[in-house]
Amino acid sequence: MGGMDGFGRVVREPDEPIFQERWEARVFAMAALALARAPNTDAFRHAIERVAPEAYLRDGYYGRWMAALETRLVEEGLLAAGEVDARLRGEPAPGAPGRALGLGGEGSALRHLDSAPRFAIGDAVRARNHQPHGHTRLPGYARGRRGTVARVHPAWVFPDTHAHGEGEQPTYAYAVRFDARELWGAEGDPRASVIVDLFEPYLDPDPSGAPT
Amino acid sequence: MSGGHDHGSDPRALRAEALESLLVEKGVVGTDGIDAVIRHFEQDVGPMNGARVVARAWTDPAYRERLLEDGTAAIAELGFGGPQGEHMVVVENTPRVHNVVVCTLCSCYPWPVLGLPPAWYKSPAYRSRIVREPRAVLSEMGLELAPEVEVRVWDSSAEVRYLVLPERPPESEGVDEEALAGWVGRDAMIGVARAGAPGSRDE
Repeated sequence: MGGMDGFGRVVREPDEPIFQERWEARVFAMAALALARAPNTDAFRHAIERVAPEAYLRDGYYGRWMAALETRLVEEGLLAAGEVDARLRGEPAPGAPGRALGLGGEGSALRHLDSAPRFAIGDAVRARNHQPHGHTRLPGYARGRRGTVARVHPAWVFPDTHAHGEGEQPTYAYAVRFDARELWGAEGDPRASVIVDLFEPYLDPDPSGAPT
Repeated sequence: MSGGHDHGSDPRALRAEALESLLVEKGVVGTDGIDAVIRHFEQDVGPMNGARVVARAWTDPAYRERLLEDGTAAIAELGFGGPQGEHMVVVENTPRVHNVVVCTLCSCYPWPVLGLPPAWYKSPAYRSRIVREPRAVLSEMGLELAPEVEVRVWDSSAEVRYLVLPERPPESEGVDEEALAGWVGRDAMIGVARAGAPGSRDE
Protein backbone atom coordinates (compact mmCIF):
# COMPACT_ATOMS: atom_id res chain seq x y z
CA MET A 1 0.00 0.00 0.00
CA GLY A 2 3.04 2.24 -0.35
CA GLY A 3 2.01 5.72 -1.50
CA MET A 4 -1.76 5.27 -1.02
CA ASP A 5 -3.73 8.20 0.37
CA GLY A 6 -6.43 8.44 2.97
CA PHE A 7 -5.25 6.46 5.98
CA GLY A 8 -4.64 9.48 8.19
CA ARG A 9 -2.14 9.89 10.97
CA VAL A 10 0.09 7.21 12.41
CA VAL A 11 -1.20 6.45 15.91
CA ARG A 12 1.39 5.21 18.36
CA GLU A 13 0.11 3.71 21.61
CA PRO A 14 2.35 3.88 24.66
CA ASP A 15 2.99 0.63 26.55
CA GLU A 16 1.31 -1.42 23.89
CA PRO A 17 1.14 -5.15 24.76
CA ILE A 18 2.78 -7.61 22.34
CA PHE A 19 -0.68 -8.95 21.54
CA GLN A 20 -3.71 -6.74 22.10
CA GLU A 21 -6.07 -9.70 22.50
CA ARG A 22 -5.41 -13.29 23.51
CA TRP A 23 -6.93 -14.64 20.31
CA GLU A 24 -4.28 -12.72 18.38
CA ALA A 25 -1.55 -14.51 20.29
CA ARG A 26 -3.21 -17.91 19.67
CA VAL A 27 -3.54 -17.17 15.94
CA PHE A 28 0.06 -15.99 15.64
CA ALA A 29 1.35 -19.12 17.38
CA MET A 30 -0.88 -21.47 15.38
CA ALA A 31 0.33 -19.88 12.16
CA ALA A 32 3.98 -20.05 13.23
CA LEU A 33 3.64 -23.75 14.10
CA ALA A 34 1.56 -24.72 11.09
CA LEU A 35 3.91 -22.87 8.74
CA ALA A 36 6.82 -24.76 10.19
CA ARG A 37 5.06 -27.93 9.00
CA ALA A 38 3.85 -26.66 5.63
CA PRO A 39 6.63 -24.26 4.93
CA ASN A 40 5.96 -21.72 2.25
CA THR A 41 6.01 -18.16 3.52
CA ASP A 42 5.42 -16.90 -0.01
CA ALA A 43 2.21 -18.89 -0.32
CA PHE A 44 1.17 -17.62 3.11
CA ARG A 45 1.79 -14.01 2.09
CA HIS A 46 -0.15 -14.58 -1.09
CA ALA A 47 -3.01 -16.00 1.00
CA ILE A 48 -2.99 -12.76 3.02
CA GLU A 49 -3.16 -10.79 -0.22
CA ARG A 50 -6.21 -12.84 -1.23
CA VAL A 51 -8.16 -11.71 1.83
CA ALA A 52 -11.11 -9.66 0.54
CA PRO A 53 -10.23 -5.95 0.61
CA GLU A 54 -13.02 -5.04 3.10
CA ALA A 55 -11.94 -7.80 5.47
CA TYR A 56 -8.25 -6.93 4.96
CA LEU A 57 -8.82 -3.53 6.55
CA ARG A 58 -11.64 -4.50 8.96
CA ASP A 59 -10.14 -7.58 10.62
CA GLY A 60 -6.70 -6.18 11.39
CA TYR A 61 -3.29 -7.77 11.19
CA TYR A 62 -3.99 -11.01 13.03
CA GLY A 63 -7.45 -11.26 11.50
CA ARG A 64 -5.68 -11.39 8.13
CA TRP A 65 -3.29 -13.99 9.49
CA MET A 66 -6.20 -16.16 10.63
CA ALA A 67 -7.91 -15.96 7.25
CA ALA A 68 -4.66 -16.75 5.44
CA LEU A 69 -3.92 -19.62 7.79
CA GLU A 70 -7.32 -21.18 7.08
CA THR A 71 -6.76 -20.75 3.35
CA ARG A 72 -3.38 -22.45 3.48
CA LEU A 73 -4.62 -25.29 5.72
CA VAL A 74 -7.43 -25.99 3.28
CA GLU A 75 -4.99 -25.88 0.35
CA GLU A 76 -2.68 -28.29 2.16
CA GLY A 77 -5.55 -30.67 2.89
CA LEU A 78 -5.38 -30.24 6.66
CA LEU A 79 -8.80 -28.60 6.89
CA ALA A 80 -11.87 -29.10 4.76
CA ALA A 81 -13.47 -26.01 3.24
CA GLY A 82 -16.16 -24.86 5.67
CA GLU A 83 -14.86 -26.98 8.52
CA VAL A 84 -14.29 -24.03 10.87
CA ASP A 85 -17.74 -22.65 10.09
CA ALA A 86 -19.26 -26.05 10.88
CA ARG A 87 -17.42 -26.13 14.20
CA LEU A 88 -18.68 -22.65 15.02
CA ARG A 89 -22.25 -23.82 14.38
CA GLY A 90 -21.63 -26.84 16.59
CA GLU A 91 -22.09 -29.21 13.68
CA PRO A 92 -19.94 -32.24 13.06
CA ALA A 93 -17.10 -31.35 10.76
CA PRO A 94 -17.13 -32.48 7.14
CA GLY A 95 -13.67 -33.66 8.04
CA ALA A 96 -10.38 -33.43 6.28
CA PRO A 97 -7.90 -36.23 6.69
CA GLY A 98 -5.48 -34.17 8.75
CA ARG A 99 -2.66 -35.86 6.91
CA ALA A 100 0.75 -35.51 8.44
CA LEU A 101 2.98 -33.15 6.58
CA GLY A 102 6.65 -33.71 6.28
CA LEU A 103 8.58 -31.80 8.89
CA GLY A 104 11.59 -29.83 7.92
CA GLY A 105 11.04 -26.14 8.67
CA GLU A 106 11.49 -23.65 5.94
CA GLY A 107 14.78 -22.23 7.12
CA SER A 108 16.41 -19.66 5.00
CA ALA A 109 15.37 -18.61 1.49
CA LEU A 110 19.08 -18.33 0.62
CA ARG A 111 20.21 -20.35 -2.41
CA HIS A 112 23.52 -20.66 -4.23
CA LEU A 113 23.71 -19.71 -7.89
CA ASP A 114 26.70 -20.48 -10.09
CA SER A 115 25.92 -17.57 -12.37
CA ALA A 116 26.99 -14.02 -11.48
CA PRO A 117 24.50 -11.26 -10.63
CA ARG A 118 23.37 -9.33 -13.69
CA PHE A 119 23.74 -5.92 -12.03
CA ALA A 120 26.43 -4.24 -9.93
CA ILE A 121 26.41 -1.41 -7.41
CA GLY A 122 25.87 1.91 -9.19
CA ASP A 123 24.08 0.41 -12.21
CA ALA A 124 21.11 2.38 -13.51
CA VAL A 125 18.02 0.18 -13.66
CA ARG A 126 14.33 0.52 -14.30
CA ALA A 127 11.71 -1.55 -12.50
CA ARG A 128 9.42 -3.31 -14.93
CA ASN A 129 5.82 -2.28 -15.25
CA HIS A 130 4.74 -5.72 -14.22
CA GLN A 131 1.14 -6.15 -13.02
CA PRO A 132 0.58 -9.81 -12.17
CA HIS A 133 -2.68 -11.10 -10.76
CA GLY A 134 -0.78 -13.39 -8.41
CA HIS A 135 1.89 -12.81 -5.79
CA THR A 136 4.79 -10.44 -6.34
CA ARG A 137 7.19 -8.48 -4.15
CA LEU A 138 7.52 -5.57 -6.55
CA PRO A 139 5.68 -2.69 -4.86
CA GLY A 140 3.25 -0.89 -7.13
CA TYR A 141 4.81 2.51 -6.52
CA ALA A 142 8.18 1.38 -7.92
CA ARG A 143 6.85 -0.09 -11.18
CA GLY A 144 8.26 1.63 -14.24
CA ARG A 145 10.54 3.83 -12.09
CA ARG A 146 14.26 4.42 -12.55
CA GLY A 147 16.73 3.82 -9.78
CA THR A 148 20.29 2.90 -8.92
CA VAL A 149 21.58 -0.37 -7.50
CA ALA A 150 22.75 0.37 -3.95
CA ARG A 151 23.47 -3.17 -2.75
CA VAL A 152 23.72 -6.57 -4.37
CA HIS A 153 21.99 -9.22 -2.24
CA PRO A 154 22.57 -12.96 -2.48
CA ALA A 155 20.21 -15.23 -4.42
CA TRP A 156 16.93 -16.15 -2.78
CA VAL A 157 13.89 -18.22 -3.61
CA PHE A 158 11.76 -16.22 -6.06
CA PRO A 159 8.43 -15.46 -4.34
CA ASP A 160 6.47 -14.94 -7.58
CA THR A 161 6.87 -18.58 -8.58
CA HIS A 162 7.28 -20.19 -5.15
CA ALA A 163 3.95 -18.78 -3.91
CA HIS A 164 2.17 -20.55 -6.75
CA GLY A 165 3.82 -23.95 -6.58
CA GLU A 166 5.96 -23.17 -9.63
CA GLY A 167 9.26 -23.90 -7.97
CA GLU A 168 11.90 -21.92 -6.18
CA GLN A 169 13.63 -20.47 -9.28
CA PRO A 170 16.19 -18.67 -7.11
CA THR A 171 17.40 -15.32 -8.32
CA TYR A 172 19.61 -12.47 -7.14
CA ALA A 173 18.03 -9.44 -5.55
CA TYR A 174 19.19 -5.85 -5.24
CA ALA A 175 18.58 -2.88 -2.99
CA VAL A 176 17.53 -0.29 -5.56
CA ARG A 177 17.49 3.33 -4.57
CA PHE A 178 14.81 5.58 -6.06
CA ASP A 179 14.84 9.33 -5.65
CA ALA A 180 11.60 10.52 -4.06
CA ARG A 181 10.97 12.80 -7.07
CA GLU A 182 11.25 9.87 -9.46
CA LEU A 183 8.55 8.09 -7.43
CA TRP A 184 6.24 10.92 -6.46
CA GLY A 185 6.87 13.64 -9.02
CA ALA A 186 7.41 17.29 -8.18
CA GLU A 187 5.88 16.82 -4.70
CA GLY A 188 8.59 14.34 -3.79
CA ASP A 189 11.04 15.39 -1.11
CA PRO A 190 14.26 16.54 -2.85
CA ARG A 191 16.29 15.19 0.09
CA ALA A 192 14.67 11.77 0.34
CA SER A 193 14.95 8.42 -1.37
CA VAL A 194 13.31 5.03 -0.99
CA ILE A 195 15.41 1.90 -1.16
CA VAL A 196 13.43 -1.15 -2.30
CA ASP A 197 14.70 -4.74 -2.36
CA LEU A 198 13.91 -6.08 -5.82
CA PHE A 199 14.46 -9.45 -7.45
CA GLU A 200 16.43 -9.54 -10.69
CA PRO A 201 13.45 -10.44 -12.94
CA TYR A 202 11.77 -7.18 -11.88
CA LEU A 203 14.60 -5.09 -13.34
CA ASP A 204 15.85 -3.96 -16.73
CA PRO A 205 19.01 -1.97 -17.41
CA ASP A 206 18.26 1.71 -17.86
CA PRO A 207 20.31 2.96 -20.80
CA SER A 208 19.28 6.55 -20.11
CA GLY A 209 21.52 6.48 -17.05
CA ALA A 210 20.98 7.12 -13.41
CA PRO A 211 18.40 9.72 -12.45
CA THR A 212 19.88 12.89 -11.13
CA MET B 1 -7.05 -24.51 24.43
CA SER B 2 -8.14 -20.96 24.78
CA GLY B 3 -11.54 -21.91 26.25
CA GLY B 4 -12.44 -19.93 29.31
CA HIS B 5 -10.81 -16.72 28.15
CA ASP B 6 -13.10 -13.77 28.24
CA HIS B 7 -13.42 -12.65 24.67
CA GLY B 8 -16.92 -11.28 24.67
CA SER B 9 -18.53 -11.81 21.32
CA ASP B 10 -15.68 -10.86 19.01
CA PRO B 11 -16.27 -13.22 16.09
CA ARG B 12 -12.52 -13.38 15.49
CA ALA B 13 -11.95 -14.72 19.00
CA LEU B 14 -14.64 -17.35 18.55
CA ARG B 15 -13.24 -18.33 15.18
CA ALA B 16 -9.70 -18.59 16.55
CA GLU B 17 -10.98 -20.89 19.29
CA ALA B 18 -12.81 -23.11 16.80
CA LEU B 19 -9.75 -23.26 14.57
CA GLU B 20 -7.50 -24.14 17.48
CA SER B 21 -9.81 -26.92 18.66
CA LEU B 22 -9.80 -28.44 15.16
CA LEU B 23 -6.03 -28.22 14.74
CA VAL B 24 -5.37 -29.72 18.17
CA GLU B 25 -7.77 -32.62 17.44
CA LYS B 26 -6.01 -33.26 14.15
CA GLY B 27 -2.61 -33.13 15.76
CA VAL B 28 -1.44 -30.26 13.56
CA VAL B 29 -0.55 -28.17 16.60
CA GLY B 30 -0.49 -28.78 20.32
CA THR B 31 -1.72 -26.50 23.07
CA ASP B 32 1.67 -26.63 24.79
CA GLY B 33 3.39 -25.68 21.56
CA ILE B 34 1.12 -22.69 21.15
CA ASP B 35 1.79 -21.60 24.73
CA ALA B 36 5.54 -21.94 24.17
CA VAL B 37 5.51 -19.82 21.01
CA ILE B 38 3.53 -17.09 22.76
CA ARG B 39 5.87 -17.17 25.75
CA HIS B 40 8.89 -16.86 23.45
CA PHE B 41 7.56 -13.75 21.74
CA GLU B 42 6.21 -12.17 24.92
CA GLN B 43 9.25 -12.82 27.08
CA ASP B 44 12.38 -13.93 25.25
CA VAL B 45 12.67 -11.66 22.25
CA GLY B 46 12.09 -7.96 21.94
CA PRO B 47 13.84 -4.63 21.51
CA MET B 48 16.09 -5.38 24.48
CA ASN B 49 18.02 -7.68 22.13
CA GLY B 50 18.51 -5.01 19.48
CA ALA B 51 19.43 -2.51 22.20
CA ARG B 52 22.33 -4.75 23.23
CA VAL B 53 23.56 -4.79 19.63
CA VAL B 54 23.42 -1.01 19.41
CA ALA B 55 25.11 -0.50 22.79
CA ARG B 56 27.94 -2.80 21.71
CA ALA B 57 28.34 -0.90 18.43
CA TRP B 58 28.47 2.41 20.31
CA THR B 59 31.23 1.23 22.62
CA ASP B 60 33.29 -1.09 20.40
CA PRO B 61 34.41 0.45 17.08
CA ALA B 62 35.58 -2.90 15.69
CA TYR B 63 32.17 -4.41 16.42
CA ARG B 64 30.47 -1.45 14.75
CA GLU B 65 32.54 -2.08 11.61
CA ARG B 66 31.58 -5.75 11.56
CA LEU B 67 27.94 -4.90 12.21
CA LEU B 68 27.76 -2.54 9.24
CA GLU B 69 29.72 -4.96 7.04
CA ASP B 70 27.76 -8.14 7.87
CA GLY B 71 24.81 -7.51 10.16
CA THR B 72 23.69 -11.13 10.39
CA ALA B 73 27.09 -12.39 11.55
CA ALA B 74 27.72 -9.54 13.99
CA ILE B 75 24.27 -9.90 15.54
CA ALA B 76 24.86 -13.65 15.86
CA GLU B 77 27.96 -12.86 17.96
CA LEU B 78 25.54 -11.73 20.67
CA GLY B 79 23.46 -14.88 20.27
CA PHE B 80 20.58 -13.47 18.23
CA GLY B 81 19.28 -14.98 15.01
CA GLY B 82 16.58 -17.19 13.53
CA PRO B 83 13.39 -16.66 11.56
CA GLN B 84 12.99 -13.13 10.19
CA GLY B 85 16.59 -12.41 11.11
CA GLU B 86 18.44 -14.59 8.61
CA HIS B 87 19.56 -11.69 6.41
CA MET B 88 20.19 -8.64 8.55
CA VAL B 89 21.44 -5.33 7.21
CA VAL B 90 22.24 -2.53 9.66
CA VAL B 91 22.02 1.06 8.43
CA GLU B 92 23.67 3.83 10.39
CA ASN B 93 22.18 7.22 11.19
CA THR B 94 24.55 10.15 11.06
CA PRO B 95 24.16 13.92 11.38
CA ARG B 96 23.65 14.00 7.59
CA VAL B 97 21.63 10.85 6.84
CA HIS B 98 18.55 9.53 8.61
CA ASN B 99 17.36 5.98 7.90
CA VAL B 100 13.86 4.65 8.58
CA VAL B 101 12.43 1.19 7.90
CA VAL B 102 9.04 -0.01 6.62
CA CYS B 103 7.45 -2.96 4.89
CA THR B 104 4.86 -1.52 2.52
CA LEU B 105 3.80 -4.96 1.24
CA CYS B 106 3.05 -6.64 4.55
CA SER B 107 4.81 -5.98 7.86
CA CYS B 108 8.22 -7.65 7.63
CA TYR B 109 10.23 -6.97 10.77
CA PRO B 110 13.46 -8.31 12.36
CA TRP B 111 11.97 -10.57 15.03
CA PRO B 112 15.20 -11.79 16.72
CA VAL B 113 16.34 -8.25 17.55
CA LEU B 114 13.04 -6.35 17.89
CA GLY B 115 10.40 -9.00 18.63
CA LEU B 116 7.02 -8.60 16.98
CA PRO B 117 6.10 -5.27 15.39
CA PRO B 118 3.96 -2.67 17.19
CA ALA B 119 0.50 -1.91 15.85
CA TRP B 120 1.50 1.38 14.23
CA TYR B 121 4.22 -0.35 12.17
CA LYS B 122 1.55 -2.67 10.75
CA SER B 123 -0.98 0.10 10.19
CA PRO B 124 -2.06 1.17 6.69
CA ALA B 125 -1.26 4.77 7.68
CA TYR B 126 2.43 4.06 8.34
CA ARG B 127 2.86 1.62 5.45
CA SER B 128 1.28 3.95 2.91
CA ARG B 129 2.73 7.27 4.00
CA ILE B 130 6.30 6.79 5.21
CA VAL B 131 7.59 6.15 1.68
CA ARG B 132 5.80 9.18 0.26
CA GLU B 133 6.14 11.85 2.94
CA PRO B 134 8.71 10.57 5.42
CA ARG B 135 9.52 13.95 6.96
CA ALA B 136 5.85 14.67 7.69
CA VAL B 137 5.25 11.24 9.24
CA LEU B 138 8.41 11.48 11.36
CA SER B 139 7.39 14.94 12.51
CA GLU B 140 3.93 13.69 13.52
CA MET B 141 5.65 10.95 15.50
CA GLY B 142 7.73 13.52 17.29
CA LEU B 143 10.97 13.39 15.31
CA GLU B 144 11.91 16.66 13.65
CA LEU B 145 14.71 16.46 11.10
CA ALA B 146 16.67 19.46 9.93
CA PRO B 147 15.84 20.27 6.30
CA GLU B 148 19.37 19.48 5.15
CA VAL B 149 19.28 15.95 6.57
CA GLU B 150 18.85 13.34 3.85
CA VAL B 151 16.13 10.74 4.52
CA ARG B 152 16.47 7.15 3.33
CA VAL B 153 13.40 4.94 3.64
CA TRP B 154 14.15 1.21 3.45
CA ASP B 155 11.21 -0.86 2.17
CA SER B 156 11.88 -4.46 3.24
CA SER B 157 10.27 -6.01 0.21
CA ALA B 158 12.44 -9.16 -0.01
CA GLU B 159 14.42 -11.23 2.52
CA VAL B 160 16.57 -8.55 4.17
CA ARG B 161 15.43 -7.27 7.55
CA TYR B 162 16.83 -3.85 8.41
CA LEU B 163 17.93 -2.48 11.76
CA VAL B 164 18.76 1.18 12.24
CA LEU B 165 21.88 2.01 14.24
CA PRO B 166 20.82 5.27 15.88
CA GLU B 167 23.19 8.10 16.70
CA ARG B 168 24.60 7.90 20.18
CA PRO B 169 23.24 10.81 22.26
CA PRO B 170 26.13 13.09 23.29
CA GLU B 171 24.80 13.21 26.85
CA SER B 172 25.39 9.46 27.18
CA GLU B 173 29.13 10.09 27.30
CA GLY B 174 30.73 7.90 29.95
CA VAL B 175 27.74 5.55 30.33
CA ASP B 176 28.89 1.91 30.16
CA GLU B 177 27.71 -0.61 27.58
CA GLU B 178 25.20 -2.38 29.80
CA ALA B 179 23.52 0.83 30.91
CA LEU B 180 23.63 2.23 27.36
CA ALA B 181 21.25 -0.50 26.21
CA GLY B 182 18.62 1.28 28.32
CA TRP B 183 19.03 4.34 26.11
CA VAL B 184 18.02 2.46 22.96
CA GLY B 185 14.31 2.16 22.32
CA ARG B 186 12.49 0.10 19.74
CA ASP B 187 11.45 3.17 17.75
CA ALA B 188 15.04 4.40 17.44
CA MET B 189 15.97 1.06 15.86
CA ILE B 190 13.13 1.42 13.32
CA GLY B 191 14.18 5.01 12.68
CA VAL B 192 11.11 6.92 13.89
CA ALA B 193 12.74 8.25 17.07
CA ARG B 194 16.14 9.13 18.48
CA ALA B 195 17.92 7.22 21.18
CA GLY B 196 17.62 8.90 24.55
CA ALA B 197 17.97 8.56 28.29
CA PRO B 198 15.77 5.88 29.91
CA GLY B 199 12.38 7.35 30.74
CA SER B 200 12.70 10.11 28.13
CA ARG B 201 10.95 8.19 25.38
CA ASP B 202 7.24 7.96 24.66
CA GLU B 203 7.08 4.40 23.30
